[in-house]
Amino acid sequence: MPLTLTPNMPDQDAIYQDLIAAHEGLSKDDSDALNARLILILMNHIGDREVLVEALRAAK
Amino acid sequence: MNMEPRYRLAFQLYPYEKVPAQDAGAPIRHPIVIVGAGPIGVATALDLGQRGQPVLVLDDHEGIGEGSRAICFSQRCLEIADRLGCGEAMVEKGVVWNLGKVFHGPQKVFEFNLLPEEGHKNPAFINLQQPYFERFLVDQVRAEQAKGTPIEIRGRNRVTAIEDKGSHVLLSIETPDGPYQIEADWLIACDGARSPLRDMLGLGFDGRVFEDNFLIADVKMTADFPTERWFWFEPPFKDAGQSALLHKQPDDIWRIDFQLGWDIDRERELKEENVRARVDAMLGPDARYELEWTSIYTFQCRRMERFRHGRVMFAGDAAHQVSPFGARGANSGMQDAENLAWKLDLVIGGVAPENLLDSYSEERVYGADENILNSTRATDFITPKSEMSTIFRNAVLTLAHDHAFARPLVNSGRLSVPCTYDGLSLTGDDALPGAPTRSRPGAPSPDTPYGNGFLLNALGADFTLLTVNTDAPESVTEAGVTATRLALTTADDPTGLIADRYLGQASVAVYLIRPDQHVVARWPDFDEPAIRRALRHAIGLE
Ligand SMILES: Cc1cc2nc3c(=O)[nH]c(=O)nc-3n(C[C@H](O)[C@H](O)[C@H](O)COP(=O)(O)OP(=O)(O)OC[C@H]3O[C@@H](n4cnc5c(N)ncnc54)[C@H](O)[C@@H]3O)c2cc1C
Repeated sequence: MPLTLTPNMPDQDAIYQDLIAAHEGLSKDDSDALNARLILILMNHIGDREVLVEALRAAK
Repeated sequence: MNMEPRYRLAFQLYPYEKVPAQDAGAPIRHPIVIVGAGPIGVATALDLGQRGQPVLVLDDHEGIGEGSRAICFSQRCLEIADRLGCGEAMVEKGVVWNLGKVFHGPQKVFEFNLLPEEGHKNPAFINLQQPYFERFLVDQVRAEQAKGTPIEIRGRNRVTAIEDKGSHVLLSIETPDGPYQIEADWLIACDGARSPLRDMLGLGFDGRVFEDNFLIADVKMTADFPTERWFWFEPPFKDAGQSALLHKQPDDIWRIDFQLGWDIDRERELKEENVRARVDAMLGPDARYELEWTSIYTFQCRRMERFRHGRVMFAGDAAHQVSPFGARGANSGMQDAENLAWKLDLVIGGVAPENLLDSYSEERVYGADENILNSTRATDFITPKSEMSTIFRNAVLTLAHDHAFARPLVNSGRLSVPCTYDGLSLTGDDALPGAPTRSRPGAPSPDTPYGNGFLLNALGADFTLLTVNTDAPESVTEAGVTATRLALTTADDPTGLIADRYLGQASVAVYLIRPDQHVVARWPDFDEPAIRRALRHAIGLE
């Protein structure tokens, strides 16, 4: 499974809003921690090292 | 020359005795000299001695150092000790444990059970003080000597210089009666992490030094703690540092480990009242205990570039060092010992070419790299090296409390498992479709119940031709080495584990197994030319 880098979220505006809302009112430390947990959860969901390595490369 | 001991002894087992060689005038020649009577030197001596090779072991002390460094001995290590004859005594004395708890600050993150796999003679791990482990090995040497096995240990013989003369190595030795010299056809350096022999040959030892100090306190108490491994990230008790460990050993001794950080005053931290203050904070004000042994250590992850230098081979901590997370030091050194012994035996016997010894270096460097990788990862998880790495580490711990997926990410040391020599020079073909990956060429043969006992005890000291559900001759001899057949059938496999570990989807199997119990190659039937080729290959002939 190659990494998807084309649009893949039908409700992109709503999902994006969810992400920002999740951070609302959090301190910087709590926000960082939330992001870290989120990344780990998503990484496990993907569960494919090749895809994740590709994603890391794309994110750099 | 200063002959003062560098450490105190737990057991005085080989007191200095003057030998005639000290007055011989000319140096006496020995086929094999091992420097260092630590666990690895003694195990190597046992393995070689049992193969009939005369071995001389030199150590600059008269016995085993006090203080338990290693406490955790793995299944493979115990299997090796069992082959050498002293594994059962170790398991009997040791503490078997399966349960662990992981804490983050005051909160318990999760519990685990190692759920040891059935059908092995030896447990997944035992906890045992290193001095006991070493004493069982030396006891075995004594038992062998009584049977005439040619092993000699000379205490208080400090090697001060070595010189490679091409055809042999010249050793200068200091003793309480002054210096003398001997010669060795082959020299095995098991002289520990600071290896003076490595320095004498001007060889490097590169790697990563971790800037951290660990305080170890072995305490004796009869309190009712369960036999579990408790590990704290960011422990909640006062001055405990970044991590702490509580683990049980025999004789009501508990290993407590505090990670203190880099900038500490060693002497101050080792003062009894300061050690006690930390232990009190961990165990609670009512705990009654005695301090058995305390020490502070820093550690390195590094190895020599090659473990063979002509007539000198390095093994154990002299060749490689890892962090204690994962208990990989002595456990991997024991694998060095068994890897080297049969090869050197065949080379000295004139059966195998000298280059077989290069495969010792190749295979054990590979093993060392695997161990260094694992213990470096654990170290980086326990002591994150950046702010973001700390954030992720803590996120893993938070998630592990509620979600199973995050628990395998928690890394307080991946416990030692033996390495598989995948794709290395001596490893042969995997010609058995559908067979289990765990017993593939390069892997150590997995144990299984066999008859009234266990399979590994039934493997010979030399090569074994293991057949499952098929006929084969009782032995095959090629180029001077003999593989002796061990016949298994699934008709006689009440647990089904022989099929599970050696057949997988296959119905018939033939395995060629090395003297150190690693698989050379496997086939779906008795293919004589292929087996002969594999035997030659496994002793470095092609
Ligand atoms: C805190 C701690 C915890 C550990 N926990 C574990 C664990 O749980 N499991 C595990 O597997 N490993 C563990 N280890 C590692 C383990 O202790 C070592 O890997 C092991 O002792 C190495 O054995 P060795 O025989 O190679 O060297 P050593 O045990 O160091 O023996 C070397 C010997 O050579 C002798 N010698 C040195 N120089 C000379 C000379 N010039 N002439 C003659 N003799 C000489 C020394 O006196 C010594 O007897 C731990 C280590 C530490 C520090």
